[in-house]
Amino acid sequence: MSPELTVLACVALPLLAPALITALHRWPNPREAITLLTSAGLFLLVTSLTGGVLNGARPAIDLAEPLPGLKIGFEVEPLGMLFALLASFLWMVTSVYSIGYMRSHHERRQTSYYSYFAVALGSVMGIAFAGNLFTLFIFYELLTLSTYPLVTHAGNDAAREGGRMYLGYLLGTSVVLLLLALVWTWSLTGTLDFRAGGILEGVVTPATASILLVLFIFGIGKAAVMPFHLWLPAAMVAPTPVSALLHAVAVVKAGVFTILKVAIYIFGIDFLATVPATQWLMYVAAATILLAALVALRQDNLKLRLAWSTISHLSYVVLGVLLATPLGIVGGGMHIVMHAFAKITLFFCAGAIIVATHKTQISEMDGLGRRMPVTMAAFFIASLSIIGLPPLGGFWSKWYLALGTLDAQQQVMLGVLLVGSLLNIAYLLPIPMRAFFGREPEDPGNAGIKEAPLACVAALVLTATACVVLFFFPGPIYRLLQLLIQ
Amino acid sequence: MLLANLPALQVAIPLVSAPLCLLLRNPRHAWVWSTIVSWLVLAMAILLVQRVSVDGTISYAIGAWATPWGIEYRIDMAGALMILVIATIGAVVMPYAWRSIQHELHKKNAGLFYTCYLLCLTGLLGVVVTGDAFNLFVFLEISSLSSYVLISLGSSRRALTAAYQYLVMGTIGATFILIGIGLLYMMTGTLNMLDISQRLPEVADTRTIRVAFAFVTVGVSIKLALFPLHIWLPNAYTFAPSAVTAFIAATATKVGVYVLLRFFFTVFGIHFSFNSMHVGEILMLLAVAAILVASLVAIFQNNVKRMLAYSSVAQIGYIILGISLATSDGVSAGMIHLFNHALIKCALFLALGCIFLRLGSVELKDMHGLARQMPWTMAAFVAGGLSLIGLPLTAGFISKWYLVSAVLTDGYWPLAVLILVSSLLALIYIWRVVEVAYFNVPGAAMHKVKEAPASMLIPVWLLIGANLYVGINASLIAAIARQGANALLGQAAP
Repeated sequence: MSPELTVLACVALPLLAPALITALHRWPNPREAITLLTSAGLFLLVTSLTGGVLNGARPAIDLAEPLPGLKIGFEVEPLGMLFALLASFLWMVTSVYSIGYMRSHHERRQTSYYSYFAVALGSVMGIAFAGNLFTLFIFYELLTLSTYPLVTHAGNDAAREGGRMYLGYLLGTSVVLLLLALVWTWSLTGTLDFRAGGILEGVVTPATASILLVLFIFGIGKAAVMPFHLWLPAAMVAPTPVSALLHAVAVVKAGVFTILKVAIYIFGIDFLATVPATQWLMYVAAATILLAALVALRQDNLKLRLAWSTISHLSYVVLGVLLATPLGIVGGGMHIVMHAFAKITLFFCAGAIIVATHKTQISEMDGLGRRMPVTMAAFFIASLSIIGLPPLGGFWSKWYLALGTLDAQQQVMLGVLLVGSLLNIAYLLPIPMRAFFGREPEDPGNAGIKEAPLACVAALVLTATACVVLFFFPGPIYRLLQLLIQ
Repeated sequence: MLLANLPALQVAIPLVSAPLCLLLRNPRHAWVWSTIVSWLVLAMAILLVQRVSVDGTISYAIGAWATPWGIEYRIDMAGALMILVIATIGAVVMPYAWRSIQHELHKKNAGLFYTCYLLCLTGLLGVVVTGDAFNLFVFLEISSLSSYVLISLGSSRRALTAAYQYLVMGTIGATFILIGIGLLYMMTGTLNMLDISQRLPEVADTRTIRVAFAFVTVGVSIKLALFPLHIWLPNAYTFAPSAVTAFIAATATKVGVYVLLRFFFTVFGIHFSFNSMHVGEILMLLAVAAILVASLVAIFQNNVKRMLAYSSVAQIGYIILGISLATSDGVSAGMIHLFNHALIKCALFLALGCIFLRLGSVELKDMHGLARQMPWTMAAFVAGGLSLIGLPLTAGFISKWYLVSAVLTDGYWPLAVLILVSSLLALIYIWRVVEVAYFNVPGAAMHKVKEAPASMLIPVWLLIGANLYVGINASLIAAIARQGANALLGQAAP
């Protein structure tokens, strides 16, 4: 298959899978087989593109032209390649986990769950491979809409409230701010293509560029930069696999990925550095890092604490972008990957705990490490990666981000990164500490607790291992990102 | 021969077919007859659009009486677009009407419905094809009078007062238009619109012409329900039979907009309308008020039909906003939205008609958990709603894109923000319905509700399909609208 067709297949495969999933709704095993096969097939397709992209190939294909000059089309470039690899790999793992989680939880409407999940991944592929900002926007909105049924899967009042926040924030920011930025860019430059070096330089005044940058950064609500971050905790009403893949990886990373794309291909890194708003937006990102970490400290609900931690970590990437130096971009791109593996592990653990014990509050988890040693060990490893300690993958992204701050001569930001790491320690490490060293409360209900089903445990062991592996082999990721900044 | 007389046949065929429906006593025969006629009208419309796009503006002298003495039928690209909208909606609603009308109307009124439907179609098409100001008034009244009857056929007794309210308002509007045309005739001595426009500059600087302009503007604004002259609309849409609401919402107000365009740009000319009379500023202000107020009011409605009616007032605001810019970009954005909104609203009202058929109500409180019983209808409602909000890959997005970029080109960035923010208001009122239908626990009576019949679902989904198609490939409609706008503004096509 030619690379162009492969690109198309990467987007189409998950979008078409729901037809089969729905057709097989009476037979759960074949139905889940479709999900597993699709995700594995997708990963293989994405992998087959990687070699070419590393060697400089940029397979592109145009599908339609809704308006003269505005195309729906795909083009694979290194950053999109990285994101697609990440999302398709983790979808595979999450699918295994989902089966364990959803079945042992006896969730209703599993057919629609797997269907919408596939559509969401198709949208992520569309975002990753989008050939221009217009296409990216389309799939960005499709991702919001296809994840809404997943967030509200429970169908109760809490889900409705959470869904309302989710849709309100994400559609609100994208429709008002992002779309305005798009149309404005379009009317200024006459194009929305992604071009190396950007399309705005020389066309707009610094003041206009500042306004546009503000519209982009806040308009991309999926990046959860304060004050548009509250949808993320609200989305925690979703089943845990949804929180894991979508709200630690796919959806939120689609947000920061979009910011990276805009910075590199719409503004251009050099031009971005000269835009006045970059300076104070950096402080907004820094404030988000610190404030969200402080809020995370105070959460007793494990999923909520992780959600706030995600908000904080998304702004690491945003900060890396706004440093507007090659090292900052590498650090930001690196952090997308490293944080994804670590955070998905943490969510998998949280889900495993819910499946095994029905416990959601951290204060109830004292002594749990002795009953669920594998889960809590994985939690510990992933926590270390989030904090950014060697020998874990998270070290590399913090390393490059720190170098980026120095390169940009933003010593204050270096301080923010360090304080942020300290706060990470403060809100993450107590959880495994309590689990391993805390005294288990006297409760007969605790006696029967054992590890979650194998599918769940296997998935979280795999991702925790990946955190370690990524420390020793960050090379391929670095090479892809290196292509961006040449 | 037949092809040469197409402009006249386009109007004449539904006109002479209409009375036959009254003579056919059997409702089924009347339905079959009017369905055939409405499809024939669509076929002619497509031919006509093709001819206009190939040959340019068509001028046709009725009875071969030369203009400006005889009545001229004149169709340019803007008119062709309108004919296409009206004929398409007319043809799509007709197959749907059978079950819906059977359910909502007394059997003895069915013939009357089909007669008035065809008459209304005649009037709307006539307004568009004619190049004669008085003839335009006559056709406008044919469409209005028949729509008063159509609305009064609604199943609830309040349909009568709604129709009466519309009748009073509409007649005031018609009278104003007639006074305006009379004054123009007095000053120029002609009724042919092109002829008027050529003679007008000599007398433009008189009070009479200014008064004529004011009368026409206000009169037409009532017909097209421009805020704050919209008060007849919510009741009329709410209490009319479902098929009638869908048909009228998609066509009647749009034709009003078309008349406004004709008078502003063709008859009075852009210079007089926008530079001397400053109608652009007034329209812009009213459009903004319409968008904001009507969207906000829509949020608080518990009757979904009434909610969509207020939404229509807001959407008319978008169309007028585009026109008020008086630029090629703005007018074509307005015309694109005119077309797209017809697709969107017709689909939504038809979906509501399906709900009314099975549920006997379109109150929010009766729709709890409806999505489980009528998945296809509700899915269509959601899809239409997304298009109304203007999400990508739908027709509504195309409109919004054009409108925002037209507004930005002229430097009105606060208007751009307003347009985008108001689409969030649409999100709120659409999502209220979605939440009730998908999340609320259904009542005891709900599980008896069945999905709507295919004869009604297919038209709904046809329109939804058209929405998605325009969202993916809008180049055709955009090109037609651009040519139409240029024809109106008197500019050569770029």
